[in-house]
Amino acid sequence: MNLYTFASPAHFYTLAGRLIPWFAWGAGLFTLWGLYIGFFQAPTDFQQGEAYRIIFIHVPAAWMSMFIYLVMAFWGAIGLAFNTRLSFMMARALAPTGAMFTFIALWSGAFWGKPMWGAWWVWDARLTSELILLFLYVGIIALWAAIDDIRRGDRAGSLLTLIGAINVPIIYFSVKWWNTLHQGSSINLMKAPSMAKTMLLGMLVLAIAAWLYTIAVALVRVRRIILERERQSEWVKAILAKES
Amino acid sequence: MHRFLLAVLRRDLTLAARRRGDWLIAQFFFVMVASLFPLGVGPEPAMLARIGPGVLWVAATLASLLSLARLFSDDHHDGSLEHMVLSPEPTVLLVLGKSLAHWLIYGIPLLLVAPILGIQFNLSWEAIRVLEVSLLLGTPILSLLGGVGAALTLGLRGGGVLLTLLILPLYVPALIFGAGAVDGVMAGTGAEAQLSLLGAFLVLSLMIAPWIAAAALRVSLE
Repeated sequence: MNLYTFASPAHFYTLAGRLIPWFAWGAGLFTLWGLYIGFFQAPTDFQQGEAYRIIFIHVPAAWMSMFIYLVMAFWGAIGLAFNTRLSFMMARALAPTGAMFTFIALWSGAFWGKPMWGAWWVWDARLTSELILLFLYVGIIALWAAIDDIRRGDRAGSLLTLIGAINVPIIYFSVKWWNTLHQGSSINLMKAPSMAKTMLLGMLVLAIAAWLYTIAVALVRVRRIILERERQSEWVKAILAKES
Repeated sequence: MHRFLLAVLRRDLTLAARRRGDWLIAQFFFVMVASLFPLGVGPEPAMLARIGPGVLWVAATLASLLSLARLFSDDHHDGSLEHMVLSPEPTVLLVLGKSLAHWLIYGIPLLLVAPILGIQFNLSWEAIRVLEVSLLLGTPILSLLGGVGAALTLGLRGGGVLLTLLILPLYVPALIFGAGAVDGVMAGTGAEAQLSLLGAFLVLSLMIAPWIAAAALRVSLE
């Protein structure tokens, strides 16, 4: 059996059904573990006090907001290039979760900004570009919602995702390129992290939790989309007959 | 290839010349939106000069969006768009020609009106000069990126509002650099950096937007 078998919606449907519980339980456990580290084990920051603990929510959410967009663009490009149905379904399944993480990143950032900078919101480069990312997600979801034809909607949404993808590197490097109020990143692959080991561990554990959650939710959503689109086929009718 | 591009340009310009009301509407929209701000925030000259560049740039983006909704839709309604896409000439050139025509019809008059509004907003001559340069570099970006949005939303219900939702986020860099250039010259830090970035963004849009718009047009017409 080769891997391409799972590009077929029918096979992927059963595979996703089997994987979902693992990712969902993993997400739950990692979240609890990460929050325990974040709120009980990690030391108080000498500059920012207790308020820095928002980092454990804020940074994983911000990472996911950008990463999910890139994954959507990737699936969109694959779909446009190879005309595979499942890739477009994946792109559609990921978008709401991406928008949610973008919103969480902005919201938790506002709660962090208030005690640190004394302002809920400042118009600096990173905040603005993250806000534009939210607008892009909303625009893509609105475009999908407006187009009834599935084939056209898939392709139009993917093209918009691709042209908007230019924004992601701008967000990521904005703290480097411009002199902004937002602090630089605490984690760098090239050098030792500028934070305590426990803090880093808590953040990474929660980042993994966010990954697992995203995969689980996207798989649930993609299963729904598969059922909706393949409702004329025999195997879906058989499943629906068995479940009802 | 050049002849096709020129033919598309000539066709759109002729159509615009025969329906003068259409492009005047966008210019008056630009003037009216800009004129609402002094009425809304108060006529204090120092403050108007401070917000002027941003207001004029925002008004320019909105005016271009207003006209972009019809970039392809008229040709789509009478069926000529399908014939042009089906023709052996590349669709990219069709989109490029239409975007260029849009810029000539809506961007150039906007450049002529902007200095007058600049005077109303109490901008200095130096600031007005930079505003003109930034609009000269920036309005083609609006037409090129707008072509993508117009192609994506072709024939959809509520297409105009949807177009705004899709394209305004993509306009943001042009808005920031364009208004920033004028702010820079007023603050005494110079406008070269912002204008260079705006120029780079124009080149980038010119390289990417027509291809995406052509692909979107083919998807919409399927």
